[in-house]
Amino acid sequence: MKKSVVFGALTVAGLAAGAAAAGTLDDVKARGKLNCGVTTGLVGFAAPDANGEWMGFDVGICRAVAAAVLGDPKAVEFVPTTGKTRFTALASGEIDLLARNTTWTFSRDVDLKFTFVGVNYYDGQGFMVPKELGVSSAKELDGATVCIQTGTTTELNLADFFRSNNISYEPVPIETNAEAQQQYLAGACDVYTTDASGLAATRATFEDPSAHVLLPEIISKEPLGPLVRHGDDNWGDVVRWSLNALVTAEELGVTSANIGEMAAGTNNPEINRLLGTEGSLGEMLGLDAGWAKNAIMAGGNYGELFEGNIGESTPIGLARGLNAQWTDGGLIYSPPFR
Amino acid sequence: MSDVSFVRTEMLPQQEPPGSSVGIVGWARANLFDGVTNSVLTILSLIFVYFVLEGLLSWTFQSVWNASSLTECREIMTATWGKTHGHACWAVINDRWLQLLYGFYPPYPAEAGVNFGENTGAWPAYFRPNLSFVLLLIAVAPVLFDKLPRKLLIVTAVYPFLMPWLMWGGSIWGPVMAAAGFGIGYLAFRLLTPVLGGLGGIIAAIALPVIWWLFLTGIVAAGLESVVSISIPEVESRKFGGFMLSILIGVVAIGCSLPIGIVLALGRQSDLMIVKTLCVGFIEFIRGVPLITLLFVASVLLNVFLPPGTQFDIILRVLIMVTLFASAYMAEVVRGGLAALPKGQYEGADSLGLNYWQAQRLIIMPQALKISIPGIVSTFIGVFKDTTLVSIIGLLDPLGLSNAIRADAAWNGIYWELFAFIAFLFFVFCFGMSRYSMYLERKLHKGH
Repeated sequence: MKKSVVFGALTVAGLAAGAAAAGTLDDVKARGKLNCGVTTGLVGFAAPDANGEWMGFDVGICRAVAAAVLGDPKAVEFVPTTGKTRFTALASGEIDLLARNTTWTFSRDVDLKFTFVGVNYYDGQGFMVPKELGVSSAKELDGATVCIQTGTTTELNLADFFRSNNISYEPVPIETNAEAQQQYLAGACDVYTTDASGLAATRATFEDPSAHVLLPEIISKEPLGPLVRHGDDNWGDVVRWSLNALVTAEELGVTSANIGEMAAGTNNPEINRLLGTEGSLGEMLGLDAGWAKNAIMAGGNYGELFEGNIGESTPIGLARGLNAQWTDGGLIYSPPFR
Repeated sequence: MSDVSFVRTEMLPQQEPPGSSVGIVGWARANLFDGVTNSVLTILSLIFVYFVLEGLLSWTFQSVWNASSLTECREIMTATWGKTHGHACWAVINDRWLQLLYGFYPPYPAEAGVNFGENTGAWPAYFRPNLSFVLLLIAVAPVLFDKLPRKLLIVTAVYPFLMPWLMWGGSIWGPVMAAAGFGIGYLAFRLLTPVLGGLGGIIAAIALPVIWWLFLTGIVAAGLESVVSISIPEVESRKFGGFMLSILIGVVAIGCSLPIGIVLALGRQSDLMIVKTLCVGFIEFIRGVPLITLLFVASVLLNVFLPPGTQFDIILRVLIMVTLFASAYMAEVVRGGLAALPKGQYEGADSLGLNYWQAQRLIIMPQALKISIPGIVSTFIGVFKDTTLVSIIGLLDPLGLSNAIRADAAWNGIYWELFAFIAFLFFVFCFGMSRYSMYLERKLHKGH
């Protein structure tokens, strides 16, 4: 094979220079597909199944946006991104939307020039210990060896926590979650710390999950949410209100099961506005009237997405906790549809 | 005189050697148990081998093949052997082996009725990548084994254009026009050399095809497509993955890097100052940068530099970077072969009145490349294994997929089985390459 392979591939695969960006919404409509950045694999949040179909909580957001914009939850091109490539992929326009359990921080929002459109999961850093250690609080971990992923915010949070509580620890640096799992099970460290959702997912894979406990302390705030590029507010609105539609649907009791009859018209004007039977909310966004209905039908409302992918009925078994509706004492809250 | 002879007149038949010095016993005595130290070492080694094999074999063969999740695997293990430790759960391979081999490549890229007759099911699953692979074997066969009919070289020449068409699909006119560029170059060289002279001919032979590829190919291909439409459904690069992606990157990088490497090595030894500086600069720059950096440039930086909205295929970008990387190493390996040739060979070529290219083709290169075979094959194997680095930029090669598979709640927590399977696949290919290089060395050994 000679240089010709390159040239052959060049012509076939194409150096198709696309039209200069008008607006992301128009681009997506013209393309007929939403390019959505996801992780290369995180239990419960995004993973391909045996047929190559992507599944998960973050994937559900992508599908909802695709359904709202294009009317088809399958019209998504999933672009797997790593922690290192995700921001450039978004900044360069390779993806329209990043739904990759990314923590909303000041510098990412302001300095990297992204717009976080909301929070779809409130996470926080937690601790997992073997039950036989007999520890019930992270403050009793004086002198413990801790498995910690290097170069992450979790490392800094951990140092802060132990210092402010005046206790000592010995870090065992590890590179990936997979390695941490092995090290922890092999007894190389007493404690494993990472995001609480990750801990729950990891514990679910153990042969005997009941032999390990998650300690009650959550030592950091990790609001995870979808984000878009700065400067295209119209597109940001579309993604923001697609997410809000899922949240509002749960609050108002609209589910993928009853949405058919609800869409015929109800006595609750907010439901009617949401589902497009009253008002012209869709038109204001530049979408058709049934946009929110499509988004909800894609994978269900926020609660259904949660329960189906990471909730208590799944092996991961996360409780709603902070991610309950504000009416149930959680933080999930959507501005009104009016 | 008596006729008594004290000399034996017939030979005694040969005696069997003593039983302790032939056969297995003799071999064992000579090699394993000659002396106390060696006997002790042998026994210790045997015990070690026994323990390793006992664990490994029972893990490999006392295993679960049919289960839908790791939990189910563990239940079956507990029911069968009473414990889960020391038994493999190959069910994950059983469930995901197609994904590990082909990534997300659609088994039937054709929709019903599109250029493939009535029924897509009539075509075997994954026939496009499989056909590409079989054709690859046919295309490289005449290059690797010189006893095969030379006509097979036609396949070799066509393959670089056929393979992208099969894998990515689309109109056949694109690859045909790309191939036509080479024809144009050849014609330009032939027809213009008498008019413009040697250097002018070479410049025309390079410039005209480049102009053709950059500006005319697309238009002409689109025109021909509208007249005679021959196309197969397209498959996006995002769908490529698994071992297929590794082989694709490996084969392209290996195939392109050898010729480019030879040119660079010759350029580095050249007396022409500009050529030499360019080659040395290229080689030293690429070799001085880790492959992972080049891959990040391909995946991240190019996106920032190219005008917004430009869709420069990610796999193509990676192919180019890996090829450049392999070429730089190849150039140095070939240069090693060139340096090992005695000066007399160059002088002998000169004394025969051969010009530069004739000398290279007939005398220098055959010997230099023969000397470099182990280094060349090592580089090939290294490049092939380096293809797993693309998982870091989010391409789903086998290692990337192993992470994605583990992210499925059903298989979260499974490690060794996936890695063992991937290692096995890579081993088969790398071992094959290494055996071929040994065959080649024996064949080319001229006994001096």
